[in-house]
Amino acid sequence: MNLRNFLTEKKTLILSKWFNLILDTYPPETAKFFRNQDDPFRNPVGSTIFVGIEKIFDEIIKEKTDVAKLSIFLEEIIKIRAVQDFSASQAIAFIFSFKDILKDEINQADLLQKPATKEFLMDLHDFQSKIDLAALISFDIYMKCREKLYELKANEAKKMTYRLLQQAKLIVESPERDIN
Amino acid sequence: MATKGKPPKPEELSKISYTPPQRNWMDIPVEFKPGMYCHATRPKYLEAVGMPFPRDWSPADADWKLPDNWKEIILQGIKERLMKYRTFHVFMDICVRCGACADKCHFFLGGGDPKNMPVLRAELLRSVYRKYFTTSGKIFGKAAGARELTEDVLKEIWYYYFQCTECRRCSLFCPYGIDQAEITIIGRELLNLLGLNLDWIMGPVANSYRTGNHLGLEPHTIKANIDFMLDDIETITGIRVETTFNRKGAEILFIGPSGDLFGVPGNYVTMGELMLFHEIGLDYTWSTMACEGGNFGFFTSMEVAKKLYYKIYSEAKRLGVKWILGGECGHQWRLMNQYADTWWGPPDFLEEPVSPITGTKFENAKGSKIVHITEFTADLIKHGKLKLDKSRNDHLKVTFHDSCNTSRAMGIFEEPRYIIKNVCNHFYEMPESTIREKTFCCGSGSGLNAGENIELRMRGGFPRANAVKYVREKFGVNMLANICAIDRAALPTLMDYWNPGVDVCGVHELLGNALVMTGEIERTLDLRGEPLPGKGGAE
Amino acid sequence: MGILFSFAVVIAIVLIVFAGVRGAGLNYLFAIIIPYLALLTFIIGVTYRVFNWGRSAVPFRVPTTGGQQFTLPWIKSNKLDNPHTSYGVIGRMILEVLLFRSLFRNTKAELHDGPRLVYGSEKLLWLAAIAFHYSFLVILLRHLRFFTVPVPTPIQFLEFVDSFFQVGAPLVYITNFVIVIALLFLLYRRLGMPQIKYISLPSDYFPLFLILAIVLSGIYMRYFDKVDIVGVKQITMGLVSFRPTIPDGIGIIFYIHLTLVCTLFAYFPFSKLVHMAGVFLSPTRNLANNNRMQRHVNPWDYPIKVRSYDDYENEFREKMKKAGIPVEKE
Repeated sequence: MNLRNFLTEKKTLILSKWFNLILDTYPPETAKFFRNQDDPFRNPVGSTIFVGIEKIFDEIIKEKTDVAKLSIFLEEIIKIRAVQDFSASQAIAFIFSFKDILKDEINQADLLQKPATKEFLMDLHDFQSKIDLAALISFDIYMKCREKLYELKANEAKKMTYRLLQQAKLIVESPERDIN
Repeated sequence: MATKGKPPKPEELSKISYTPPQRNWMDIPVEFKPGMYCHATRPKYLEAVGMPFPRDWSPADADWKLPDNWKEIILQGIKERLMKYRTFHVFMDICVRCGACADKCHFFLGGGDPKNMPVLRAELLRSVYRKYFTTSGKIFGKAAGARELTEDVLKEIWYYYFQCTECRRCSLFCPYGIDQAEITIIGRELLNLLGLNLDWIMGPVANSYRTGNHLGLEPHTIKANIDFMLDDIETITGIRVETTFNRKGAEILFIGPSGDLFGVPGNYVTMGELMLFHEIGLDYTWSTMACEGGNFGFFTSMEVAKKLYYKIYSEAKRLGVKWILGGECGHQWRLMNQYADTWWGPPDFLEEPVSPITGTKFENAKGSKIVHITEFTADLIKHGKLKLDKSRNDHLKVTFHDSCNTSRAMGIFEEPRYIIKNVCNHFYEMPESTIREKTFCCGSGSGLNAGENIELRMRGGFPRANAVKYVREKFGVNMLANICAIDRAALPTLMDYWNPGVDVCGVHELLGNALVMTGEIERTLDLRGEPLPGKGGAE
Repeated sequence: MGILFSFAVVIAIVLIVFAGVRGAGLNYLFAIIIPYLALLTFIIGVTYRVFNWGRSAVPFRVPTTGGQQFTLPWIKSNKLDNPHTSYGVIGRMILEVLLFRSLFRNTKAELHDGPRLVYGSEKLLWLAAIAFHYSFLVILLRHLRFFTVPVPTPIQFLEFVDSFFQVGAPLVYITNFVIVIALLFLLYRRLGMPQIKYISLPSDYFPLFLILAIVLSGIYMRYFDKVDIVGVKQITMGLVSFRPTIPDGIGIIFYIHLTLVCTLFAYFPFSKLVHMAGVFLSPTRNLANNNRMQRHVNPWDYPIKVRSYDDYENEFREKMKKAGIPVEKE
């Protein structure tokens, strides 16, 4: 059995399991809402994750995964998780859930019991490497998001008094400016 | 295809604090998460406006250094406010917990904390109300949804009442009109009885009391700043625009948010306004004292809000103007539309506003004598009083963000859109469920646009950003217009995080770009001093 | 916990009636004393609640605006969702009270390409709310036939309409079915949707169980264990004419039904059910958005300390003069 075909066949099931595992990281009252409300504007978090994991899935099972594209898809989800109540590891752990589902599905289908071809095992290894790669990229993205937040904080303070700073040399008495 | 054994879950990593659904929300204690709350106010700010219990404390500390009789103070405060506010009294009683509001709050949508569902945020206080003020609560306790007021409960209320931007979106969908903004306002008033405010709110309050504006800028600095803008306008248009400060006998007093005097991109709005007033020859003046229509006192208590708004009518009276023109600001207009006249009216020393250019009577402002600048400008355009070159905004694909306060506490939707459509060729609306009265908050309103709670703001603003993303991908929108100074402070950050490449502007900046002024040089720069594409200057 | 507790309370009421009537023969208590007490509690309670709300001041005019404001003559304003006149407010209240306008806002369908599955549950909330409240109203009005002789024509007409799809006798009322379905849906929302379950209190389940018990006992009495209607009417007419009598041979189910109804009436003023009266007093709905036209007075307004212009100028006079800003005192 070709791994890629197997995954394509199981796509819907895998995605729905993956989606559920990700939503399990939220409080249950919330998870249900994120899961069921299908309007992207009423439920931006749920729909972004839902749409995002499909794109990630599709990109990973491609023979030639485009890392730049993969990064963009990962970023859409990680950006959200970077400002929610997650630690760094929690924010990106959802990538690994994919591995677990994969293992489970292969088990279910008994794919390894039958004499697994060398090709299949190599594919499997490749595939897992890609997930690992996605995880590593995710870590970079997460760091980028967090750095972005710090940068935004700094910029914002500057922007609010931008004109003042610009002409600071013109002002003789510096006004009391300690709201930061 | 049901699997027999559940797939092994990546327990350690992918699980965050999993809360079993059976647990009652009352049994889940509040946890102060970094990035979700702001610094406590410094005592000097409370002292500046004579508010109680100034002290050094921090929300993260176990000991908030509350006075011994804090509980009495809160309960007495609730009792008093039940009589003073019918809103509060009725809203404490009639919620049926139907859940219609549950998914209407941007903080819930973006963050997923169930206590950010408006109904639950209200229940935090309602449960205390039931315990001490209703028969069933006194007798049946928890079975009637009542709970004891403890320090933890107080902290929980503090935590979540400063995670509400008073945007009123929940109120719109509530079958009884229960308005969490109103409950938050009163909840914060109660917290202020114990000196429990934010630094980011109290700093501007103290500044505003002394100098009239949130940044604490003194009169000469305000003038210097506007002069600075006049220089820029001269560079861009070749015209030296004049303006006046504290001039007695002017026809109109102009009051906008002070954020538009010093911050980008707000200052471009002020430049647009200065250009417009010059072009139509408006007889108006600034007041250096009433140079701030915004009012962080509103996020403190009604009394402080009223205190800070004294300057509005008193300066209009002192300067002897006929009426007041209010600038592009969100909560300024909540106050000018719903509170100003009640606080300090009737302004019988003013005249019913009439546009000196078109002769239009502003019927809807005949009592308070305060006109919104987009009402004023839309009227000018409608009467053909302005020469506009839309093509100067051709490099912009604009969408419009309705601000919470001007939407759900006023209803000014068509005026700004009319202006935008007359000064821009490319205007695109965001999806229907995210604009006009259903608009999503920027996530930073009601004094929450601090730095230390940036995660809260980014997640709270996500529903808005998500709708912008949609029009950006669909139409290539690159400019988010609005009529609120907090938006202009908060949305650039929000866009930078979620939708890099989308910029933020006020409506009168777009107008300033398009406005053809008598005797101007050929424009090669926009108000930001950047080359106008396709206009001689550069590509 | 709250669910079982609420359910148990309803069951307990039924058992108490059973024991009281069958066991102790307290027919007089259950058919006469309790109904009078319940009605009295209801009337006094609700009046007190409304009066009490009414005593609270309305310091500010703070309507939630749901549409374009009244403005320049060439801009069409939304007179109902953003009323600027009393007529508009009345219109808005009618829409709110009779059609649940705000709840209806939930129903707009949008683009759908996110997570799929259920949608339109919010539309169902509006529908269930409307179905429940109107059925309840019709059923309540239909019951007036027990309290009037002769039965007024409008009530007879209502019965006629309600049983329009009649096949066979006794008359089968549509509302009886509608209200059961609506109640079951509302109950399902509370039990089956984690979000709603999370916010629900025992006092949210109790009225649902109670009303469900009332409806089911009513239906049972009407279609299955038919009680002596003539006898029942003797009791009800006795109650309204203040000459209470209790004929013999009226089934226990009637006493159960009646006592459950009495419980509802007596419970009403102490519970969230007062929303029925409260909605009329909600200041975000019953006020016009006309603050800039008509002054609203705060009845408890009090003088406060402000910073006067003189204080301001005194602090900054020199700086103002230096910057060429006019001052009052040179």
